[in-house]
Amino acid sequence: MVIKTEPFVVNIGPAHPSTHGVFRMRATLDGEVVLDIEPVFGYLHRGIEKLAEERTYTQIIPLTDRLDYLASMSNNLAYVLTVEKLAGIAVPERAEYLRVIMAELQRIASHLIGVGAFLNDCGAFMTPILYMIREREKILDLFEMVCGQRLTYNYMRIGGVSHDIPEEFLPALKKFVDRMPGFIDEYDQLLQENEILLARSKGVGILSREQAINISASGPVLRASGVKWDIRKVDPYSIYDRFGFEIPTGSAGDCYDRYRVRVEEMRQSVRILKQAVEKLPAGGVRSEVSHLVRPPAGEAYGHIEAPKGELGFYLVSDNSIAPYRFHVRAPSLLNLTALREMVVGWKVADVLAIFGSIDICMGEVDR
Amino acid sequence: MTVALSGGEIAARLEERFPGSVVESGQDSLLVKSESLRAVAGFLKTAPGLEFDYLTAITGVDYYDYFEVVYQLTSIRHNHSLVVKARCYGRENPALPSVVGLWKGADFQEREIYDLMGIRFEGHPNLKRVVLWDGFTGHPLRKDYL
Amino acid sequence: MEIEERAGLYIYSDTQLDKEEGERIEALKASSQQPLPDPDRWLDEELRRHILLTSVDAVLNWARRSSLWPVVCFPACCAFEFITTAASRFDISRFGMEVIRGSPRQADLMITAGTLTWKMAPQVRRIYDQMAEPKWVIAMGACAISGGIFASSYSVVPGYSRIIPVDVYVPGCPPRPEALLYGIRLMQDKIAKRSIITED
Repeated sequence: MVIKTEPFVVNIGPAHPSTHGVFRMRATLDGEVVLDIEPVFGYLHRGIEKLAEERTYTQIIPLTDRLDYLASMSNNLAYVLTVEKLAGIAVPERAEYLRVIMAELQRIASHLIGVGAFLNDCGAFMTPILYMIREREKILDLFEMVCGQRLTYNYMRIGGVSHDIPEEFLPALKKFVDRMPGFIDEYDQLLQENEILLARSKGVGILSREQAINISASGPVLRASGVKWDIRKVDPYSIYDRFGFEIPTGSAGDCYDRYRVRVEEMRQSVRILKQAVEKLPAGGVRSEVSHLVRPPAGEAYGHIEAPKGELGFYLVSDNSIAPYRFHVRAPSLLNLTALREMVVGWKVADVLAIFGSIDICMGEVDR
Repeated sequence: MTVALSGGEIAARLEERFPGSVVESGQDSLLVKSESLRAVAGFLKTAPGLEFDYLTAITGVDYYDYFEVVYQLTSIRHNHSLVVKARCYGRENPALPSVVGLWKGADFQEREIYDLMGIRFEGHPNLKRVVLWDGFTGHPLRKDYL
Repeated sequence: MEIEERAGLYIYSDTQLDKEEGERIEALKASSQQPLPDPDRWLDEELRRHILLTSVDAVLNWARRSSLWPVVCFPACCAFEFITTAASRFDISRFGMEVIRGSPRQADLMITAGTLTWKMAPQVRRIYDQMAEPKWVIAMGACAISGGIFASSYSVVPGYSRIIPVDVYVPGCPPRPEALLYGIRLMQDKIAKRSIITED
């Protein structure tokens, strides 16, 4: 008996319960198997690049907060590093250490949500993300002590940071750093050998090494495919060359490896934090830079290792108080190029698990 | 440290391979003619010693007389980087060859430059608007938009 | 059993879908040049309530305000403050709201958490239309009230009140969880003042 089937197009999104934002996929399905997928985004395009051409360099810092809103400190850091590279401004020592502390705390906070949302998509409905939000609240309390905000910090300034840490920050940070490895072990105990997680993510959505390099992937997606490429080691910015830490890499390039790479990166971040807290020097936190910075005419590209990948800013200046061109190299947009190759041939339920494991943030993709 | 190669070193190698393709080469970057962009990019990707297998970013900039597209290339194997630029003149129908065939990461970035600046990339399989919607008139990131 | 497939035959091509979506967006943009008025019939002093219906009102309003179920509408950054409000530290489960429904037909509250762009506007309007009466809207964050930091951009709707009628505005960028809980309490107070007679 011959059954005729016909592929049909199903629309997934833009409003859907997985917490990755407004992203739409038009999937062509043959039964449950995905034949083709077309990502459609732009539902959060706010025109940040155009708005930045009308604002001074310091006024752009709150705009950069809203790019990857789960890792605002990293966005701020990448932007001020680029402006400092363009204008040749030096940063005091204490400010460098504070920046590293904030960036690593932010990496832990972002990976907690990344891993939690991935597990949410795999089917563990709210339990892991509730545990991880419990830890993230501790980090957000630390940030609130420093700059008064929980999500979009606006803390870094051109030439340093905006203000110094209060007295109760360091003891609280030490307490957090001592207890965090215990919490990561708790998650591992629940999840590492979990049958359901292994069945849903091992061998699913494989991205090979050559494919990952060709699509300009970066961050945990690239490292899980076996490429040892971390901007903090290959092109150190700020004072990362003074800290000892390792770069976790995966081998298979499947969803499980991406999950493991993120968990191991959290452990390495705790290691960096311990070293930074010990060596924090005294001094000023901001060098004397006017509010209306006028970098000399030219261009610069500065990049950092943000939690989601390589975040870069390309700035063109014409010696006025606002940039001539402001462009963001968003890691989530480039990691998303891999979605189609990873998903074709798998089932609909795997589409969301694979999409969750890439860990994107729509504020960056659409800008 | 990622070594930022200067345009001058590469220009010599390019000139002997593709004569006339390099317009100017400076300390930071290399400006090539738009017609020879694809050939130069292919050479940069595969030549021994260069092997720029990772395309970091593509940016379009609107200088009033011309549009400039800036390619940031990186080599993972040798840990060096290079900036290649190409210009297209004329504001009505600027066009450049697409490098999607070489680096798939250029896919969404080229669509976005088409969407926001209006530069067409020839050879791109799916050049349509990506961050704005289909009926939007104009290209917002141009300097003469509003 | 053999399966024979006719590959390459879709219902309509992708460019057709894009074009239709673009036309919907332009139509909505052209028709939303003025903000919709906020629902304020509940402030009407002249309404008199029947003695018989007062206790019915009280029970219905108590039931409705104590079990508001939000619908998923998470464009941007405020979404994460909403999620942390729903998490264990600032529990919204104590207000009966932990059930965040994916389907708008089963929800009665829309907490708009994020910037609205013109591209997303028809989808939000569609979700709002699919919710069953009675339904309420809380506009969360500066972007939802007036466009926020992005108000002068070419693709941002200056506030959700252009598209849907908003009941409570919660300012902040993003508003703290405590602020959102205060906004929810104000919403509950507003529901408590409803009467069956005012329902349209």
